[in-house]
Amino acid sequence: MEVFNIPFIAVISLVIIGLYAVIFKRNLIKIVIGITLIESGVNLFLITLSYRENSIAPIYTNNPGGVMSLPVPQALTLTSIVIGVAVLALMLSLIVHIFRHYKTLNVTKIRGDDE
Amino acid sequence: MITEFLSKILKTFETGSGLWNPLVWICAIVVAFLLMYILRGFGNRKFKKATGQTQAFLSGNPEYEKEQMHVKGGNVYWGFTETLKWAYTVFDKMHTGNVSDYILWFVIIMGIFFIVIGVI
Amino acid sequence: MSTDGILTFLLQHSPALIVAVPLLGAFLTPIIGKINDKIRNLFVIIIVLLTSFFVFLLSSNILSNGSIRTYVFGAASANNPVIRIFFQVDGLNAFMIIIGAILSIVAVLFSFRYLKEYTGQDKFYTLVLLMIAGMFGMMLTGDMFNFFVFLEITSIASCALIAFWTSKGESVYAGLKYIVISTIGALFILFAIAILYGQYNALNMGFLAASIQYTFLDKVALVLLISGLAMKAGIVPMHMWMPDAYGRAPISILLVGATQASLYALFRMVFTVYGSHLADILRHIKFRFFVTIEFDITLNGILGVLIIILALFTIIIGVFMALKQSDFKRLIAFAAVAEIGYMLLAIGAAIITISEIDTETGTIILSEVGVNSLKGGLFHIINDALDIGLMFLVAGAIYYVTKETSLNKLGGLARNMKYTTIFFLIGLFAVAGIPPMNGFASKLLIYESTYEINPILSIIAIMCSILLLAMFVKVFHSIFLGPKQEKFEKIREVPKSMLIAMAIISCIIIIFGLFPDIILQNIIEPAANALINNGLYIGGI
Repeated sequence: MEVFNIPFIAVISLVIIGLYAVIFKRNLIKIVIGITLIESGVNLFLITLSYRENSIAPIYTNNPGGVMSLPVPQALTLTSIVIGVAVLALMLSLIVHIFRHYKTLNVTKIRGDDE
Repeated sequence: MITEFLSKILKTFETGSGLWNPLVWICAIVVAFLLMYILRGFGNRKFKKATGQTQAFLSGNPEYEKEQMHVKGGNVYWGFTETLKWAYTVFDKMHTGNVSDYILWFVIIMGIFFIVIGVI
Repeated sequence: MSTDGILTFLLQHSPALIVAVPLLGAFLTPIIGKINDKIRNLFVIIIVLLTSFFVFLLSSNILSNGSIRTYVFGAASANNPVIRIFFQVDGLNAFMIIIGAILSIVAVLFSFRYLKEYTGQDKFYTLVLLMIAGMFGMMLTGDMFNFFVFLEITSIASCALIAFWTSKGESVYAGLKYIVISTIGALFILFAIAILYGQYNALNMGFLAASIQYTFLDKVALVLLISGLAMKAGIVPMHMWMPDAYGRAPISILLVGATQASLYALFRMVFTVYGSHLADILRHIKFRFFVTIEFDITLNGILGVLIIILALFTIIIGVFMALKQSDFKRLIAFAAVAEIGYMLLAIGAAIITISEIDTETGTIILSEVGVNSLKGGLFHIINDALDIGLMFLVAGAIYYVTKETSLNKLGGLARNMKYTTIFFLIGLFAVAGIPPMNGFASKLLIYESTYEINPILSIIAIMCSILLLAMFVKVFHSIFLGPKQEKFEKIREVPKSMLIAMAIISCIIIIFGLFPDIILQNIIEPAANALINNGLYIGGI
């Protein structure tokens, strides 16, 4: 197994651990942490795609020469991180409202609309 | 111009194996209702209004006022849901309230698709 | 400058203007809202009408020519560095943005009086305009990552709209469920986009369609894309967020538009991006069991069978769960789930009948039954958006007057609210597929074309259509008929602006029902042709 495959293995394990946290945990905050883990995994995958062997940062001024890593996935990852932060803020503020109403954070005990 | 516009509006729509023209259908329904109305007008000699003939028959039960006899919305199809109880228990157990089960179904469907498309 | 010059200029820039005008309006609304309430209402309706004007300008141009229009943000020609984002508008996109325009005008008209006594109206209109901008962006874009960004914009704005009345606990919980499901779906879609980018170094749908080969990683990307988009579109068994979300939103009719946009994206991915491989033979199986059975397994065979099985489950579960509900809005939401099943059934039937791909022009060749089925499915999209929208408006009107949504507590309202009863009857006939409304025209196409493929599909579809009729007759009986109740003595009719909004949709439903052939030839046929004509889409770059 080469050294360069480790980021991809890390991506798959992050996604699987995140899915485990969302499906099998009962606390709402743990579900949100699981979503953050999945998002970190996908961002890592995007960054890993842009790496070339022995490459330098893709900046033109004062560069020491050599192969440059791709700049486009780095821009996509920045956009994705910003969207993730906004969604995380929204989810946490909704959880604060829910706690004020139901006085518990256990998913099996919060009964919204039944039937 | 007017005839061209009219012929564009009144065109019949074709499916693969049939035709459907809503305006022809409306004319046919109006003619059918007129026929029904004329036939109803011939009447029945033995019918007298406002005698005992027009009251509801409840097989001897006492008749309450109308407000209390109105069947509420959730109970109208009780017979249907009772006979199909074997299906409804399965569906009700599927529709719990919490988010974790929704994502569990998503992962199951993704797994099934992956096996079918990826392997075959 | 003559008006011709101005119109040509607007037409040329209209894809960008359709997304930019509501976005600008969304940012200006809180500032204008500090002056006066009436001025803010006027500003919002002017922005929506301006957007609809651009939509009709663009779509009438495209639907009459059958051409395609590409709008480029960035480098105009293909020299290095190639950094640009495409908006590509063909017949199918023009069809979807007409739906979006009608739904947004009616939603804004309805919500003027509906929210009159609530606070926080500035924030409501900001969120509505943001969601309209996101919805149009999803429908117009030709670039995969741009689609992901607009998808996230729409889901964040929708979540805030669902949890708008924060004084009730259930609304906030429904909003949380919606955003969790939406985010996980969008993250898996991003994973698939990253896989495709890593293989082909292209984010453009046209480039991907031209250069895609069906390797193992492409299969993984296809599975992730279909599952993620199916979760956003509300297909069983991932449909359970729909009753919670639709039942608690103040204006549910805009969420219907967002769901249809996700369904459009599913069609776009399957037909265009993976389009040139839909007739690939994957395995060749040969048995020897007294007689020699040999057949090929093609990609469109497997995809078609999977989509049809999912569609049948969607229709059955949607209708069965709806018969048990006693809350009005949740019942309509389950009916919406069942209607999405009908559209998916028609498209699955069209996928199965693909015979080959024409290699010169890149057109997918379907049999005649398949083309009819595709037309039926596309016609049903607009019919379903209008019918379910009308039902949600009636539910909103009843909630405004009586502050109740539970069917067990309502009764005998037809004495006081005559116009609402008439609109509800029109909606009932349209959803159940009774002539002469528009529901019948599209459902007839679906029934007849799926009967040719397999009679069982048609039987299940007709039976569930009858159960839909039964469901809405139950609602009609328990809300409008029945004896007078004392707590509803003083109810009067809803205010006029809400009645006008309902009347607009009813008029469109009746016109589509009485003259289906005009709609079918002028709007649906170019859309269907654009979907299967891949060469035109790729050549637009």
